Amino acid sequence: MTEYVSTTPGLFPLPDWAKDDLSDLKGHQKHDLISGDEDDEIAAAYEDAREEVIEGQQDADLDRIVEGQLRWDDMLAHPLAVHDAVETRGIVRYYDNNNFYREPVVTDDLDFSGDVATELETAAELADGDDLQAVLPGPYSLADLATDEHYGDEAAFLDAIADFLEAEADAFPEHETLFLLEPSLVEHAPEDGVDERASEAIDRVAGAVDADVVVQPYWGALEEKVYAHLLDADIDAVGFDFVANQEDNLYNIQEYGTTDDISLGLADGQNTLVEDPEAIRERVDWIYDQLPVSAFETVYLTTNTETFYLPYAKFEAKLAALAEAAELAEVKAA
Amino acid sequence: MSPHTPVNENKDQFRSDDHDTDHFLLTTVVGSYPKPKWLNRAKELYQDDDHEFDAEDWQEAKDDAARLITAEHERAGLDAVVDGEMRRNEMVEFFAHRIEGYEFNGPVKVWGHNYFDKPSVVSEVEYDDSWLVDEYEFTAAASDRPVKVPITGPYTLANWSFNEAYDDDEELAYDLADLVNEEIEKLVEAGARYIQIDEPALATTPDDHAIVGEALERIVADIPEEVRIGLHVCYGDYSRIYPEILEFPVDEFDLELANGDYEQLDVFKDPEFTKDLALGVTDAHVAEVESVEQIEENIKKGLEVVPPEQLVVSPDCGVKLLPREVAYGKMANMVEAARNVEAALDAGELDIERSAPTPADD
Repeated sequence: MTEYVSTTPGLFPLPDWAKDDLSDLKGHQKHDLISGDEDDEIAAAYEDAREEVIEGQQDADLDRIVEGQLRWDDMLAHPLAVHDAVETRGIVRYYDNNNFYREPVVTDDLDFSGDVATELETAAELADGDDLQAVLPGPYSLADLATDEHYGDEAAFLDAIADFLEAEADAFPEHETLFLLEPSLVEHAPEDGVDERASEAIDRVAGAVDADVVVQPYWGALEEKVYAHLLDADIDAVGFDFVANQEDNLYNIQEYGTTDDISLGLADGQNTLVEDPEAIRERVDWIYDQLPVSAFETVYLTTNTETFYLPYAKFEAKLAALAEAAELAEVKAA
Repeated sequence: MSPHTPVNENKDQFRSDDHDTDHFLLTTVVGSYPKPKWLNRAKELYQDDDHEFDAEDWQEAKDDAARLITAEHERAGLDAVVDGEMRRNEMVEFFAHRIEGYEFNGPVKVWGHNYFDKPSVVSEVEYDDSWLVDEYEFTAAASDRPVKVPITGPYTLANWSFNEAYDDDEELAYDLADLVNEEIEKLVEAGARYIQIDEPALATTPDDHAIVGEALERIVADIPEEVRIGLHVCYGDYSRIYPEILEFPVDEFDLELANGDYEQLDVFKDPEFTKDLALGVTDAHVAEVESVEQIEENIKKGLEVVPPEQLVVSPDCGVKLLPREVAYGKMANMVEAARNVEAALDAGELDIERSAPTPADD
């Protein structure tokens, strides 16, 4: 029987009070962004906010609890932005969005940091036995968002990023699922040869954890070859952004098959229109009708993208819709 | 004016009667200007329910600020002035509050702890009350100079909103363009002759230039020829929108080039730039006032692209994030530099060759 799991790719918006408090505590300029050694007052504000978003997920009845990545001022580039071997330079555009992050420039060996593991440990305590989900940028996207001034060539840099993420993931507390977010696989699709290396890098990071690993590309569908290579990695599920592109995602699955588990990005992480849970469930049925497979072991129902793009109340409504959709799907399947 | 100076009627209508030189480089600004600190303080008081500072007081504060900054623009010597957008908070939010069909659900992140109240379009957009006629009439009454009116363009209004109601952003942009057209008609009726459409979103999605073009066709429909329409596009990869934008039904393009040290200047040399060029000659992102000599050199860059009669001189972008004295210094030096270049042109001292960039050797 298929298990329907409601979840999110993390990177939540801050609750509005935390937006205000942290603006006041940290400031608005480039050098005011998170450094990894924030003072007690700032750390306390983040702790309160983290507690709030974890309770929010529990109240919504989501099947996986994420830490929320509220400290990730630089979005997916965060793990590098707080690293000692990285200089943060100018503000650069975050994909095709009206959002910006500090360009992380790697200038030295990327040794172990533990920043994300520390966050996750706190979250594990707060989750209090509920299934925890870790979130990391995938190695290809993290390399794509960064600039290398140390390792010398593209292949060596991707390798170094994979090693780094592998060590970070290895330090994570026990968790049920790991989401590796890989928008760059769509947005800046790897060329021939690089696509294979990207898959190997993902495989390496996935190998560091015992949890189920979901690789979530978004803002469209993967190119065929990139998708085919991704399936070579030892991962449990590939994610599909059905908000941005239905046709090509279905084509990939029909043509190349997919993993035993699947992640469906069905709620729009970048629009305030809150989906009706029934409508989400119907989309699931519709996708099933298009596919050659009879059943998946696990179907993750999620927003297609991170959710920090949304106003806080709409973000909460999206979580509730996803949780309810997963319940409806479960009932129907049973 | 000497009989030899070519005319550009649309631009020359902004030439003041006491302009000394034959040549005329229209000097203006993009729009926004640092708000006086007391205005921000007044806003806090107005938003504080425990304080008796009321709507009338707040209106008076905004009026005072608009008068003050308009006068500051005059003092800097600008040919066409703006009130510094003293009444506007943010370039999408301000208009979304005035258009039926929008709602607000709270702040969203732009970067770090910088947020904006990104609105949602929840039903068909409709024109209600005028957006800018009061602002225009007030500024025009407060100044002897021509007043330029900046309006956020429909493509940006669509792109920087959540779209809950339309099948796609293109359809929304066209509906918004019809509303902008209605507003410009009202502004023209009130006397406005210089309108600037701001489309910063085009810099992030240059492939959509055809949508911006179609939106502009709707914006200018039935607007009299003599009304000057400019388009401001912030820093981006201009080669992806040029020469296509020459087809747009506007008189002037306002471009951000000082910030990139004119690296993209050659983009506009081939094919020939057939519209007026409002060249960014002072950097809006550097809190240091460029010298008059430096700005003169920047103005000369513009003369490599267009003849003097097609050249307008302006800062790169809105200057609201600069310290106020720096913003003023940039305006004043810019005007002084423009007047020096005009005099040099009159004297025949400038010999700047306009030509297509030399093709690279094969």
